[in-house]
Amino acid sequence: MYELLRRLFFLPRAATELARAIDALHFVVIGSTLLGSLAIAAAAVWLITRYRSDVVRPTPHQSARASREWLLALGVVSAFLAAWVVGYKQFLRFHEPAPNAFTVYVTAKQWMWKFTYPDGRSTTDILTVPEDQPLELVMTSRDVIHSFYLPGFRAKQDVLPGRYVTLSLGAARAGSYRISCAEYCGISHYAMSGELRVLPAREFQAWLEAGSPDHDSSLVELGRTASARHGCFSCHTDDGQTHVGPTWSGLFGSEVLLADGTRVLADAAYLTRSMMDPQAEIVAGFQPVMPTYLGSLPQPEAAAIVEYIRSLRRAEREPNPTLPTVQVAPPDAGAARSPAP
Amino acid sequence: MTTTFEPELRVVPSAPPRVRDLAREWLLTRDHKRIGILYFVATSLALALGGTFALLLRIEHLTPGPTIVSPATYDRLFTLHGVTMVWLFLIPSIPTAFGNYLVPLQIGAREVAFPRLNLLSFWIYVFGAAFVLCAMGLGGLDTGWTFYVPYSSSSPSAVVPTLVGIFIVGWSTILTGVNFIVTIHTMRARSVSWMRLPLFTWAIYGTSIIQVLATPVLGLSLLIVMLDHAFSWGLFDAARGGDPVLYQHLFWFYSHPAVYIMILPAMGVVSEVVSTFAHKNPHSYRAIVYATLGIAFVGFLTWGHHMFVAGMSVFDAGAFGVLSMLVAVFSAIKVFTWLSTLRNGSIMLKTPLLYVFAFLFLFVFGGMSGVAVATMSLDVHWHDTYFVVAHFHFIMVGGALTAWLAALHYWFPKVTGRLYSERVGMLAAALVSVGFFATFFPQFLLGNAGMPRRYYAYPPEFTALNVASTLGSWLLASGLLLALFGLAHAFLFGPPSGDNPWRSRCFEWRTASPPPAHDFEQVPSFELDAYDYTTPWPEEPPLESSAEEPS
Repeated sequence: MYELLRRLFFLPRAATELARAIDALHFVVIGSTLLGSLAIAAAAVWLITRYRSDVVRPTPHQSARASREWLLALGVVSAFLAAWVVGYKQFLRFHEPAPNAFTVYVTAKQWMWKFTYPDGRSTTDILTVPEDQPLELVMTSRDVIHSFYLPGFRAKQDVLPGRYVTLSLGAARAGSYRISCAEYCGISHYAMSGELRVLPAREFQAWLEAGSPDHDSSLVELGRTASARHGCFSCHTDDGQTHVGPTWSGLFGSEVLLADGTRVLADAAYLTRSMMDPQAEIVAGFQPVMPTYLGSLPQPEAAAIVEYIRSLRRAEREPNPTLPTVQVAPPDAGAARSPAP
Repeated sequence: MTTTFEPELRVVPSAPPRVRDLAREWLLTRDHKRIGILYFVATSLALALGGTFALLLRIEHLTPGPTIVSPATYDRLFTLHGVTMVWLFLIPSIPTAFGNYLVPLQIGAREVAFPRLNLLSFWIYVFGAAFVLCAMGLGGLDTGWTFYVPYSSSSPSAVVPTLVGIFIVGWSTILTGVNFIVTIHTMRARSVSWMRLPLFTWAIYGTSIIQVLATPVLGLSLLIVMLDHAFSWGLFDAARGGDPVLYQHLFWFYSHPAVYIMILPAMGVVSEVVSTFAHKNPHSYRAIVYATLGIAFVGFLTWGHHMFVAGMSVFDAGAFGVLSMLVAVFSAIKVFTWLSTLRNGSIMLKTPLLYVFAFLFLFVFGGMSGVAVATMSLDVHWHDTYFVVAHFHFIMVGGALTAWLAALHYWFPKVTGRLYSERVGMLAAALVSVGFFATFFPQFLLGNAGMPRRYYAYPPEFTALNVASTLGSWLLASGLLLALFGLAHAFLFGPPSGDNPWRSRCFEWRTASPPPAHDFEQVPSFELDAYDYTTPWPEEPPLESSAEEPS
């Protein structure tokens, strides 16, 4: 049944569970659109034939009863809102961080997609990921606005210059999926396409090993050296001690209390923002002294530093911290210390 | 007709050549009816131009690869098509042409409030339109009609001159809006109170409010893009602390209400046509009035639904999704009101009603697909694909253009005093509707299949749907040409229509057709309501009782 409807609506093969759920909503909403407009047309045809008259007769004055309109409005609005509620919940899933996600950094430029992997390698236009592992993309653009579009995932995200956006995609079925640019970006916009290859775990492992000999340092390693070179360690530590700035140890995936009282999740996008626009979100208890690295820190190095910080999250928290609910550690509270009875 | 005229306005030469006289009479007229006709001619030319660009674009898509033009030309063509259709046809078409002609007639005024301003607004439009088209024709512009930064602020094409032209056209829109608002407030005949205003006038009133409030925002944001482009100010440039998404907010703050500038007058036309051809009062008048004002207001709160995937916070996106649904509720009320008006009517099936029938189907389909794209997870897949292209063409062509054609046929006898051929008119209406559906329905499916918009070439699996769409566009074009031919023929050779061929009670039909120079020989008292069909006209044949109709 799903397969039949999917073909009837010309939808590409769905890569994820979320895509299938979106398709189900699609069938309901578009189905009622078709039925609704046909019903209106049929009603109009019936009324016109029924009340057609060769001579113009006087007609009775029809007075309006307001209750009917309100009832109608209420009915229509609740039907629409029901669709919206389901749709909004699905929409949020594109923006929820997934634990254990396979993270790839995407850099868009006229007219190509560059993918940087956790182990440091990068590819152009072809993105290879493992099956059955949630996929997370951290994206930015080097020139104009592009839009990363995966029809098979029913997913799309505008990629903006000077900003990092994340897109959470669930675990995908193995296969090949088209990547398109959906935001007009110049003369070769139509040619800015790529391919997402989702490989079964074993094949993916083989692909990883086949590709690795030509470089010896992982992205984490690159991140550590880049952090040292850019002087990050003069203020931040990677061993849990608080210095001029917050420590990186255990930072990734934790909830951070900001000076203005709000809490944010320390994910890849937050960390990248903190490098590029450090004054925007000051962590509670620290001085706003960090300079911006926008322009001086190239994107691959920024990605590498984020990856390095990510690698530090497991240093003291075994097993995996579950995100993003419970572990709130305001820097001044000293939550890590043992409670002295 | 030549367009030469001289600046001395009131000096009458002793023996003027006839052509020059005629030109001056028309081109410097302050008569709202003539200005309406001038606008009609100008906006129709824009429609022909924009339509030609559309046909070329469709031909280019006959094959997956290059067909007739280069990628650069393709990018310029879709920009030309969008800019011409949006700013030079859809926004001004119904308010300026039909609004100018009919609003004074419908409120029992002999003029608009500021006749000179009205003429000025027309010439600003012509000047601005010529400026835009020259800039784009000579310099080329490839940003799309949305001018998204930072592409537009870095594009080497004629961004600044085009934006200057649109800025100029915006002044014309604002002046027209102000003129209508003041006219409707101050120049109604004594007995024409607000709740007796014809619904088309209400629609123009709602439209004018949007025009006056929203157009300055467009002007300002385009001005900032120009400054950004010309002086590298970097207000939208992320590398210098600007924000490209801010531009999108500003742009859609105007351009979403602009959709209602296009569709509200169309809804006004539909209300008039339905009531006239059903010979019955609208059910209900107040519901339509409040829904008109409701759309004009809520239309300002929905712009963010163009940006669900642009990098807004998910909370903002959700709020804009809910607000967008509200517009659909008001539209639904109108649709049910129109249907309910047909009930118990005494229906005369003529070409305008056929167009309205097409409007009902296409507008409901397009409108509900709008609810679908406001359902956020679905929009993520559809955004910037052909689904969205199909959706807004259903509203703008299936809605606004169909209503424009209905208006054209409905008021043709009013303006010319002649009758067009119903047979040709109905055939054209059928061709237009079928052609339209064949053009744009496949585009919904293309969007589902994942074809992004503004693609010069596409993967070969999309070929069949693209060819279907292109063939449909030829059907649509031939329908429009046939309608044009039918009306042109009727303009020259049509039989006289009499003053009120549709037996309408609306106020504009209570004077001769075409109306005398000062609209009414004597302004009628308008005691009988604009939608009161309960009594026969004095000059109508006596009431015929038909046994099978329940009264």
